[in-house]
Amino acid sequence: MNKDISTPVKRADVSEKLMGTACYIGDMELEDMLYAKTLRSSEPRARLVSITYPEMPSGYFVVDKRDVPGKNIIKMILEDQPFFAEDVVNYIGEPIALIVGKDKAVLRELIAKTSIEYERLKPVFSIEEGLEADTPIYGECNYFAEYRLKKGNLKEARSRAKYICEETYETGYQEQFYLEPQGVIAEYKDGKAVIYGSIQCPYYVKNAVIECLGFAPEMVRIVQATTGGAFGGKEDYPSLLAGQAACAAIKANKPVCLLLERNEDIEVTTKRHPSRIKLKSYIDENYKLTGMEADIVLDAGAYAGLSGVVLQRAMFAAAGVYNIENLKVKGKAIATNKAVSGAFRGFGSPQAFFAIEMHMEHAAKTLGIDPLAFKLRNILKQGDKSTTGGIFREKILLSEMVDRVIQMSGYEEKKKLKNANEYKRRGIGLSMFFHGCGFTGNGERDHIKGRARLVKNEEDHIEILIANVEMGQGAQTTMRKIAAAALDIELNKVFFQNPDTDRVPDSGPTVASRTTVIVGKLVYDAAMELKTKWETGKRQEAEVQYQYPEGYQWDNDSFEGDAYTCYSWGVNAVEVEVDPITLESEIKGVWAVYDIGKSIDDRLVRGQIDGGIVQGLGYAGMEVMENRQGRFIQRSSTDYIIPTAKDIPMIQSELMCEPYSDGPFGAKGLGELTFVGSPIAYALAMEDALEMRINNIPVRPEFLMEVADDDKRN
Amino acid sequence: MIKEINFKLNGKETILEIHPLKRLLDVLREDCGLTGVKEGCGEGECGACSVLIDGILANACLYPMGKIQGKEVVTIEGLVGTDRYAILKESFEQAGAVQCGFCSPGMIMAAESLLRRNPHPLEQQIREAISGNLCRCTGYNMILDAVQMAAKRGDGIW
Ligand code: FES
Ligand code: FES
Repeated sequence: MNKDISTPVKRADVSEKLMGTACYIGDMELEDMLYAKTLRSSEPRARLVSITYPEMPSGYFVVDKRDVPGKNIIKMILEDQPFFAEDVVNYIGEPIALIVGKDKAVLRELIAKTSIEYERLKPVFSIEEGLEADTPIYGECNYFAEYRLKKGNLKEARSRAKYICEETYETGYQEQFYLEPQGVIAEYKDGKAVIYGSIQCPYYVKNAVIECLGFAPEMVRIVQATTGGAFGGKEDYPSLLAGQAACAAIKANKPVCLLLERNEDIEVTTKRHPSRIKLKSYIDENYKLTGMEADIVLDAGAYAGLSGVVLQRAMFAAAGVYNIENLKVKGKAIATNKAVSGAFRGFGSPQAFFAIEMHMEHAAKTLGIDPLAFKLRNILKQGDKSTTGGIFREKILLSEMVDRVIQMSGYEEKKKLKNANEYKRRGIGLSMFFHGCGFTGNGERDHIKGRARLVKNEEDHIEILIANVEMGQGAQTTMRKIAAAALDIELNKVFFQNPDTDRVPDSGPTVASRTTVIVGKLVYDAAMELKTKWETGKRQEAEVQYQYPEGYQWDNDSFEGDAYTCYSWGVNAVEVEVDPITLESEIKGVWAVYDIGKSIDDRLVRGQIDGGIVQGLGYAGMEVMENRQGRFIQRSSTDYIIPTAKDIPMIQSELMCEPYSDGPFGAKGLGELTFVGSPIAYALAMEDALEMRINNIPVRPEFLMEVADDDKRN
Repeated sequence: MIKEINFKLNGKETILEIHPLKRLLDVLREDCGLTGVKEGCGEGECGACSVLIDGILANACLYPMGKIQGKEVVTIEGLVGTDRYAILKESFEQAGAVQCGFCSPGMIMAAESLLRRNPHPLEQQIREAISGNLCRCTGYNMILDAVQMAAKRGDGIW
């Protein structure tokens, strides 16, 4: 393999996926397998008084909290969420029990005939209610996390400021809507629990099942089934399903399959955190942004889940791509009686970037200066310090990237053009953003400590043993390419199967855009080790563990230092056409430039770019999910609308890369970066077309009409 | 209430003793072992269960078996092995139209159905034709490229 690694190769998994022979969890059938359906709470917050089940036919039974052999708490960051509700329920859809048996139709009927008596408790439905809850859901103050960070001397910036701008921004829920709903199958054989599932993080699931069952680690085995999309949605939720199914399999002594139906999946699984972000900026007479205060509040839902870390990522992105020397950022993740908010591509940063990018635009407009010039005057450069005082060590290509997007999109002429024709208005918006690659703070160094192993057999075929999964992003292909290129051997001599925790070391979860940059580097290092000791025709192994790169530092108590060891960058432009009467919009063009260090496969990279951008456009424009009194209004595939092929134009994208010295072949993270910029560029384009300020996404025509009416009144 | 349903499945005359309200999707997956037909929503919204019924693209999750009496059903498994599939497969591969793959068999069926009706579709016609098939991974444009590529390569065979 001596051609450029970026040259596309055939995807490892493409043939079986096209033919329909790839085996997703719903396609697996174990001998004597039973099915499970979940009995769920219909109350947002209540004490469970009693549950009356119908008479169970033979072969059908209930599995609930009494059937958890170990601890009825899902192992995550805080210990608050049970596998099966104990005495209280905290959101509509919270699992109380499983009913298990042979026939799914019978199970549905049994669930429908079960009655639950509740004693209602006072619920908390919104961030506002959550901040003032007199009967907290969690702790004494009703939040799962509260953090503060400081940089420089804000007081001084405040006293020097010539202009002060303050605004609040809000973002809504977003559902991952991976095409394959979640599911697991558990079996219990010879004292060992084996779980197959549609999952992102085999070892998260393993650790959760160990605690749930109280088993020794070697008595729990997790095998990833072909996974039909995840986007963060299959990061933590599968742990819950796996624990439940494992308890059921032990009770039944038969394999148990627990698959969610689509509408169930929409309603009860984790979603992107709604946010409310207040920014107050201090600007001097030269239009330098010298200070900022940020107050970030996330709606975390009923249990802590990953909210603390999502909040950290949001806070560390609060200043966006701007060099703000004096900062104060505070953040809270509030408990509410709604489904748990969790991981979704971007993990807190889309909310923070939306706020700061809109803020910069609005501040410039208020000051009567050109927004783009104002932004460029303040952008980060190599050697500047991040929100946490870490140093941007690599070259930052942002201004070149902006130039390129301006050129590609014809930004300047389009900016002048207001009316497309007599009936339609036009607008264009441009966003700048980054994504910190890998786990936030000390995650990679102190928690994950990822390990990767390569095994060479007597035929000199290499197998990659890592816990990271193929979930559509192309990990099977990129990891094989990295190993083959490092070893300088043919790609078809390198193999990578879906991980099985009995075979693979813990290289960490498939999250945080870390698979290529962190785990890919481990695979590269293991390959180099194997290459040095290579003996043809002999079985050999090489295993390496993550080493925190030299020269970086991080203090997790004060949030000081390098929150990430590398950053990927992006600039997006979106053009829209809007009907001024109905305010319906059509996206006319999308242009994007990214710095991802090095592309490991140009075709896979474009797939991530296109997919991320379109999800982002959905987030900003059409994906509406509201919650009223604890119940989601859009809770079916009919009501929750995601983009179709008709909703988007062709996307023009390019790379402009500054290689990262610690990444494999210079590569940095990619997957999440592609999501962050398009919602902002879309919102800015709408703002440009309609000449009104937008502070909330999703942007909705009915909402815009209200703003327009208000503007008229004022 | 079990009824005898006669239909042609992937070219073979098939007789099943089945409840006429059972969904075609479940019959294909559970009784016929054709798991290339996926369930993404069960409500006719996603197209993951796309099959051809008498040559017309349909969502198998919306069809009770009673309505299949005397009809011809083609699933992805029936298309695999044809020259048209070979061209679609090569084009989907080269255009990068597959990521998680859950939508892919359904997309192939939608492309086949379009090209049968219109062997030289324009961009907007392709968008229209696959708009009943959701894909959350690709953002669609690489699927569009794939269909265009297939139309060109397969000129004359549809
Ligand atoms: S499963 Fe039939 S359309 Fe979604
Ligand atoms: S490739 Fe994943 S849904 Fe289309």
